[in-house]
Amino acid sequence: MVRPVKRREPLTDAQLLMTITIGIFAVMYGAAMIFMGGGFLRTQQLFDLLNDNAALIIISCALTIVMIGGGINISVGGVIGLTVMACALYLNGSGIQNDVLCIIVTFLLAIGIGLAFGLFQGFLISYLDIQPFIVTLAGMFLSRGLTTILSANPVKVTHAGFQALVKARAAFPFLGYTAKNGNLIAAKLEIGAIVALCVVVLVYLMLRFTRLGRHIYALGGNQQSALMLGINVKRTRFMSYVLSGLLSGLAGFVFLMHKPAGNASVAMRSEMDAIAASIIGGTLLTGGVGNVIGTFFGAMILATIQKIIALSSLNESWWQEMANGAMLGLFILLQSVILSSRSKHKKTAPNSAAGRGGWRTIRPRMGRRRGQ
Amino acid sequence: MKQKTRADKRKGALGQLMIPLIALGILLLFNLIRDPRFYAISVATNNSGNPVLTGNLISIIDSASELAIIAMGMTLVTAACGGQDISVGAVGTISGTIFVKVLKAFPAINIGTVLLAALACCLVTILFMSFNGTLVSVFRIQPMIATLILFSCGRSIAYWIVGSATPQIDSPIISAMGMTIPGIPIPTPVFGVLLVGLLLAAVFRFTTLRLYTETVGVNEGAARLNGINPVLVKMGSFVILGICVAAAGIIGTSRMGQVSLKTLLVDIEMDAILAVAIGGNSLGGGRFRIIGSVLGAYIIQMLTTTLLAMRVDPVDIKAYKAVVIIVIVVAGSPVVKRELVRLWSLLRQRVLPAKGVK
Repeated sequence: MVRPVKRREPLTDAQLLMTITIGIFAVMYGAAMIFMGGGFLRTQQLFDLLNDNAALIIISCALTIVMIGGGINISVGGVIGLTVMACALYLNGSGIQNDVLCIIVTFLLAIGIGLAFGLFQGFLISYLDIQPFIVTLAGMFLSRGLTTILSANPVKVTHAGFQALVKARAAFPFLGYTAKNGNLIAAKLEIGAIVALCVVVLVYLMLRFTRLGRHIYALGGNQQSALMLGINVKRTRFMSYVLSGLLSGLAGFVFLMHKPAGNASVAMRSEMDAIAASIIGGTLLTGGVGNVIGTFFGAMILATIQKIIALSSLNESWWQEMANGAMLGLFILLQSVILSSRSKHKKTAPNSAAGRGGWRTIRPRMGRRRGQ
Repeated sequence: MKQKTRADKRKGALGQLMIPLIALGILLLFNLIRDPRFYAISVATNNSGNPVLTGNLISIIDSASELAIIAMGMTLVTAACGGQDISVGAVGTISGTIFVKVLKAFPAINIGTVLLAALACCLVTILFMSFNGTLVSVFRIQPMIATLILFSCGRSIAYWIVGSATPQIDSPIISAMGMTIPGIPIPTPVFGVLLVGLLLAAVFRFTTLRLYTETVGVNEGAARLNGINPVLVKMGSFVILGICVAAAGIIGTSRMGQVSLKTLLVDIEMDAILAVAIGGNSLGGGRFRIIGSVLGAYIIQMLTTTLLAMRVDPVDIKAYKAVVIIVIVVAGSPVVKRELVRLWSLLRQRVLPAKGVK
C-alpha cells in the first residue's frame, strides 16, 4: 500500500519553468539573429554576453541558493562594490613585488570580504532569528558605505600583472569567423566568463548531489518537515548565506577582471537584477523550488535584452528598465498560472496527500514561522 | 482571567515599542552629551519675510515626513500580506510627475487646480498599487517579487510621462505646501503626516479594517473560514498605501518645486521597510502598530541628521546607519530577548529572596 514517495516533485516544477526560460532565451536570441543580424550571427556576441555579465551570473547563482532555502540576500551587489574597491586599492598600494603572489593575495582578499559578510549575515539570520531582508539590507548599506569610506573617488588599477590578467582570453578559433581581409578571428572568452560557467556547473552539482544541497531544498520546501527529518535547519540556513557571501566575493573579483576600476556605483542595483534572473529562471521566492541552470538562462535573457537595446537606437537605460520590468512581469504571471493550475490538478487527482499540494498553496512569507 | 489577558496585551504592545523608544532615547541622550546646541530652536525669517522655526529637531520632523507617511502605508501592507512593497519610491515619482503634469496643463495654479492635481495623483497611484495588489492577492505572488516589476520600471514610466525636461512649478501655493504656510512657523509637511495619521486612526477607529488586516496577516486560511475575503483586505491595504505614496510624492515635489526623476523619493522603499522593522512590527505579517513605524521613521531621520551634524560625509552615512540598524535588530531579536528575560528572572530570583528575608 505504501506508495513510493515522489522525491523529485519540486524539481519537476523547476524543470518545467526552466524549459520555458531556455525556450524564451532561444526565441529571443533567434529573433535577434534574424532581425538584428550582424554581430548576433557570430559566436563572439554570445561570448560577449558571457564576458559582460560574468559577475551577474555568479551573484544570480548566489541568490538562487539563498532563495531555494527560503531566504533572500540583497547585499550581493554591495559586496561586489566593496570587493572591487578594496581589491583595486590593494593592487595599487601593495608592496608585493611578485605579481602572481600579489594577485593570489588579492583574490584571497576578495573571497575573504565575501566570506566575512556571509558569515556575519548568516549568523544573524539563522542563529539570532532576524529577518533576512533587514539583515541583508543592513549588509547592503554597510558595504556601500564602506566602499565610499575606502575611497569616494574612482580608483583605476595600474598593477601591470593584473592588467595582463584582465587582457587574458581563451581563444576558440573553430568558433570564430573570417574577416573581410581573410584573417580568421577567433571567438574569445574572458577568464571571468569561464569562472562563471564553472560556478554554474559546481553550484548545480552541489545543489543536486551533495547533502548540503538536498538539505537546502528541504529547508526551503518546508522548514518544519526538514526539522522533523533531523536536518540541522539552522546550520543549513547558515551555510546557504555563507555560500552566497563567498560567491559575491568571487563575483567582485570577476568584476574587477572585466572592468579593472573601483567606483562607488559599481554593480549598483545588481542585486535586483540577480533576483530577477533567479525568478525568470524558475526559482520561487517561497523556497524549495529552483534550478541554477534556469538562473543562468535568466541572467542571459536579461543580458540579451540589454544588448538588443544597446544596439538599437533607443534611449538606453529607460528602455532597459521598461523591458526588464515587462519581462519580469511576464515570467511572474506565467509561473503563477502554471503552478496554480498544476497544484489544482494535483488536488483533484486521487490519492494526492492534502499536505502535498498544501504547502505550496500556503502563503509565502519572508519572515519564517518559528517552531519555538 | 480576562483582566490578565488585557494586561498581557498592553504589556505586549509596550514591549513592541520598547526597542524603538529605547533607541530614540539613546539617540537623544547621545546628542545631549555630544552637543546640547543640537536641540537649539530659533525663529528666523525666510525669503518672503515670514517667521519660520529652524533647528535640527524641526528639520528632523520636517524631512522625515515623506518617510513617515510611506511607512504608515507600508505597515498595513506588511501586516496584511506578510511582505513589503519595494516599488513605493518609483510609484511616488510617478505621482510627482502626474502632479506637475496636471498643474502645467492649467494656465494658473490655484487651490482648485492643486486639489485636482492631488486627486489625479491619488487615482494614478491607486491604479499602480492595485496592479501590485492584484499580483499579490489574486495571483498569490510574493509581494517583494510582484513589486520588483514596478521597482525596476516605475521611474522609466515617470520619464515616459514627463519627458527628459524637469519642469519647474513656481507658485506661492506650492511653496506653502512644500515649506511653510505664511504665518505658521511650522513646516507644512509635518501637518501632512498628522493628517494622514489622523485619517488612518479614524479609519481604524470606525471600521473593522485593523481587525481584518491582522486576521488575514496572522492566518489567511482561518480568516477566509471566518468569512473575511483576504483578496479584498490585501487590495485595501495596497490602496491605502497608494494614497500614502501619492501624498509623499506631492510633498516631495512641492518641497523641491520640481520633479527630478533621479532624486525624488530615491531609496525610500528600503528606509520605509526599515522603519517598519525598527518599529517592532513583524515583517512576516500579523499584528502591527502604526505608531511604531512612525517612530522608526523619525529614528532613521534623527540618525541621519545626527551623523550629518557630526560632519560625517553624506555618502558614508550608510555604513554608520547599517551598524546602528544591526544593533537595533539584534537587540530586538527573539533569541536575544529570550536570553535577556532569562537573565532578568535569574537576577530577580537572587534579589527577591533577600527582600523576603528582610
